[in-house]
Amino acid sequence: MSAFNAIGEEREIDRDEFTPGVEPQPTWCPGCGDFGVLKSLKQALPEVGKTPEEVLTVTGIGCSGKLNSYLDTYGFHTIHGRSLPVARAAKLANPELEVIAAGGDGDGYGIGGNHFIHSARENHDMTYIVFNNEIFGLTKGQTSPTSPKGHKSKTQPSGSAKTPLRPLSLSLTSGASYIARTAAVNPNQAKEIIKEAIEHDGFAHVDFLTQCPTWNKDARQYVPYIDVQESDDYDFDITDRAEAAEMMRETEDVLNEGTVLTGRYYVDEDRPSYTQEKKAVGELPEDPLAERYFDDDAEWERSYDLLERHT
Amino acid sequence: MSDDELIWRIAGGSGDGIDSTSQNFAKALMRSGLHVFTHRHYPSRIRGGHTYVEIRAAEREVQSRGDGYNFLLSLGDSFARNPQEEAYYGNEEIKPLSENLDELREGGIIVYDEGLVSEEDVEAINLEERAEENNWHVFPMDLRGLAKEHGREVMRNTAGVGVTAALLEMELEHIEDLMADAMSGDVLEANLEILHEAYETTQEEYEFEHDLRAPTGEHESEQALLSGSNAIAYGAIDAGCRFIAGYPMTPWTDVFTILTQNFPDMGGISEQVEDEVAAAALAVGASHAGVKAMSGSSGGGFALMSEPLGLAEMTETPIVLVESMRAGPSTGMPTKPEQSDLEFVLYTSQGDSQRVVFAPGNIEEAYEQTRLAFEIAWDYQIPSIIIYDQKLSGENKNVDVEFFDREPAPDLGSTLTEEELKEAAHDASGKFKRFDYENAEDGVASRSLPGQKGGRYLATGNEHSPVGHIEEDPDNRVFQMERRLEKLEAIRTELDDERESNQTYFGEEDAEYGIITWGSSQGAVVEAVERLNDAGHSVKGVSVSDMMPFPEQELTEFLEGVDEAMVVEMNATGQFRGLLQKELGAYGEKLTSLLKFNGNPFEPAEIVEGYEVNVADEDREPTAQVRIEPAAGD
Repeated sequence: MSAFNAIGEEREIDRDEFTPGVEPQPTWCPGCGDFGVLKSLKQALPEVGKTPEEVLTVTGIGCSGKLNSYLDTYGFHTIHGRSLPVARAAKLANPELEVIAAGGDGDGYGIGGNHFIHSARENHDMTYIVFNNEIFGLTKGQTSPTSPKGHKSKTQPSGSAKTPLRPLSLSLTSGASYIARTAAVNPNQAKEIIKEAIEHDGFAHVDFLTQCPTWNKDARQYVPYIDVQESDDYDFDITDRAEAAEMMRETEDVLNEGTVLTGRYYVDEDRPSYTQEKKAVGELPEDPLAERYFDDDAEWERSYDLLERHT
Repeated sequence: MSDDELIWRIAGGSGDGIDSTSQNFAKALMRSGLHVFTHRHYPSRIRGGHTYVEIRAAEREVQSRGDGYNFLLSLGDSFARNPQEEAYYGNEEIKPLSENLDELREGGIIVYDEGLVSEEDVEAINLEERAEENNWHVFPMDLRGLAKEHGREVMRNTAGVGVTAALLEMELEHIEDLMADAMSGDVLEANLEILHEAYETTQEEYEFEHDLRAPTGEHESEQALLSGSNAIAYGAIDAGCRFIAGYPMTPWTDVFTILTQNFPDMGGISEQVEDEVAAAALAVGASHAGVKAMSGSSGGGFALMSEPLGLAEMTETPIVLVESMRAGPSTGMPTKPEQSDLEFVLYTSQGDSQRVVFAPGNIEEAYEQTRLAFEIAWDYQIPSIIIYDQKLSGENKNVDVEFFDREPAPDLGSTLTEEELKEAAHDASGKFKRFDYENAEDGVASRSLPGQKGGRYLATGNEHSPVGHIEEDPDNRVFQMERRLEKLEAIRTELDDERESNQTYFGEEDAEYGIITWGSSQGAVVEAVERLNDAGHSVKGVSVSDMMPFPEQELTEFLEGVDEAMVVEMNATGQFRGLLQKELGAYGEKLTSLLKFNGNPFEPAEIVEGYEVNVADEDREPTAQVRIEPAAGD
C-alpha cells in the first residue's frame, strides 16, 4: 500500500483545482508574460491527467519564483538559482512525483547555470521552465544573461558589452533530451509544448519568452512570432542533433534582430532518464525510497552487521 | 611517557601503502589484546611527500596519539622528486628517515630501508651521532632487496612489519591472519615468505640490546577498529539515513565515500553533484520529499552550503550536515586538523541562526551524536550539524563491537501520515496548515510530504503564513519567528533535562582548577588531566559537545566549582572560549586559553606544560608551538 495516495489517482480533474483559494490573483504586473506560463500549466496539467497533489512545483527567486504561489500544487519556492538541485533530489527520493522546476533567465542561466548544465547532462525526468524575459525584473530592470548586446540599464549604463547567452544551444550541448521555446503571446503552442515536456521521460527544457512590460519589451515586441514547425521557411529534423543545433543557433541570433522563432527544437526519446540509468547500475532502489519510511515491515540494515571488516 | 606502551611510526611517501600497512598492523595489535589509537599525518598530494601513521598500543585504554613515539619504521619515498638533483625542497628520499627524528623518544628504535637510501645520505644527516646522543637502536635492513627476492618491490612494507615484529618479539599469528584476509594465491604466499624471512633475518643478524617490547593485554569482548568517519557514517545508517549528496573535499570525503559504498546494498541513494550548493540543496529536496537525507563538506565547501542551510532553517526542512574542519583560512592546509570553523558553522547564512550543532570528542561520541543529530532534526524539523575535524575523521581506535548492537531509528519524527492529515488543520481552500503556530507544540508544526492526499502546502524561503504563502504581516512574522525559536529552547530543555549529557567529564570532581575543551582535542586533554592529578595538581576537565544550543547550566556549574580554567582548542583566536563567554556572559577573568594551530593536534605533554605555565604560573615559556592567551584583565 502506498503512503502517497494522491499519486496516480484516476479521476476527473478540473483546471480550477489548480487555482489556490489563497491569493488566486497573482501580483505580477498587468501584461506580464508570466501569466502565460501559469495559464498553460493550469491547462496542461489536467489534460495530462495530473492532480494537484501529485505535482511538486519547485521554483527559484524572482517574479517567476512566485509561480507556485498561484498554482495550487505541492510547492517549494527555494532560493535564487537552486530550484534544480532541490527538484532533482525530490524526484530521486520519490520518482512517482511529477516534478516541475521553474525560474527566470537570471536564475537558471546566470546564478544557477551550473545546476542547469548538470541537470541537463544527467537527464533527470522533469520539466524545467525558464521564464525568459531578457531582464532582471523583480530587482527593477538590470541587464540579465539573455539581455541583448548593447542593452542599457542602471548596471550597464554604457550598454552591455556582452553577447547574450544561448539557452537552447547550451541545453543541447549539456544533454537535455527535450528542448523547446515558446512564448506567452502564443498560448496554444505554449500549452501543447508544456504538455509534451511533462510527458517526456527525461530532462525537458522549455525556454518560455515572457515579456516584461515594465522593464523590457511588451507583448507586441514578441509578435509576430513564428512557429518553426508550421512555417515553410524552416525545415529541420528535431531528432537530428546537428540540424537542431543549426536551427537553435539561428533562432538565438535572430531574436535580437526582432524575429521571434519558437517551437520544438530537439527531442531524443531514446535517451534513458537519470532514474533509469541509476537503476541500471544498481544505485537507485526499485521502489520509491520515500515509501520505505512508511512501511512497517521494512527491515532496516544496521551498522552492527558491517563490523566484520573492522575486527 | 610511560614505557609500557608502543608508539610505532611508519613513514614513507604517499602512495607507498603506508595507510593499509598501518591499518593491518593496528588490527594485529588490537587482536593481540591491546588498546590501539592511530594518528595520520599526510600531505596534500597523490604521490610522494612526507607521510606517516602512528599506532599507539597499550594494555590500558589509549585516547590520544601520546607524546612523541618510540619505534620508527622508515620506508623509502618511491615518489621522491628529483632524487638525482639537489632541488630546493632538498633530498626527498631521505625524508622518511630524517624528518621523523625530532620526535623519537630516547632509547627508541629505528628501522630503515638501506635498499632505498644511500649510505652517504644517512651520513649526511648525522644519524650515528644522534643515535648515540639519544640512545637510539638503529637497524638498517635491505627491505627492498628482501621484497624483490621473494616477490615484488612494493612488498617491502611487509618486510618492514616482519622486522618490527622480530624486534618487538611479537607473535606473527595475527599478522598472518590479516594478510590472509586481505590477499590470496601467489601474492599471499610471497608476502608470507617475506614476512618470515624478515623476521628470521632480524633475529639472526642482530643482538637485541633495546628494552622496548610489544606490550601484552587481553580484551574482555570483541573489538572493532574504526575511524571517526566510520562512526559518523554508521550513526547515519542506524538513524535511517539513506540519502547523501556531496562533492569531494578532504577530509569530509571519507564519510561521503563510506556511505556511498554502503548505500546501494541498503536501498539508499548517493549523489555526487556539481558543487556544494547543489549537494546541500539536494539534501533539502530529498528530505522535503520524505527521505532522511544528509550532506556535508569541509570549510570551503561548507561555505557554499550557507544558502541551502538557511533555506532548511526557514522552510523547517530537517537535514543533517557534517563539517569536517581542516586548517584555514581559505584553502589553508588541506590535510591538517584545526578547530577553527566553529564560529562559521554556528552563524553562517543570513538571519538569526536556527540550527543544532554537535561537536563529538571521540569515536563513540561521533556515532552517538550523529544518531542524535538525525533524531532531533526530524523531531524538530531543523538542520543539525556535526562539526568535527581531520583528526577525528582519520584516527582509528578500538571500540567494543557490542557498542553498535542497537535498534535502528528510521522514524520520520513529526511527519504526518495521510490518515493523520485528515485530522489536521486546513484552511478554507483545503490547504494544509503546515506552519500552524496555533497548534504547534514546542514550536513544532507537523509536516506533510508531496504526494500525500490532503497535505498540499507551499514551502518557501520567504516569511510565510500557516499554509506557506509569502506573508510579511508583522504579527504573522513575530508568531512564526517565535515559534521557530521556541524549538531551540525545547531542544535545549531536552538535552539538559531529559537526556544523558553529551558533555564528557573527567579528573577530580572537587578540583580547584579546570581544563575545558571541545571536539577532537578531548583525548589528549583527558590524558593530560590524568597526568596532572598523578603529579599532585588538582584538576578536573570537561569536553563539550553541545555547541548549539549551548549547555549553559552545565558549564556554569563547572566554572562555579573552580578557581580558574584553561580552554584548550586547536585554533588561533580562541573561538570556543569566545562562545563560552558569550553564552555565559561571565567568567572572563577565570578563563585562559591554550591554543595550537601549527597543523598538528595536541600531545598530552603540551597540555600538561601549558597548564604548568598558564595556570600553575610556573615562570617559564612553553617549549611547544602553542599560544597562551591570558584571562580578561590579566
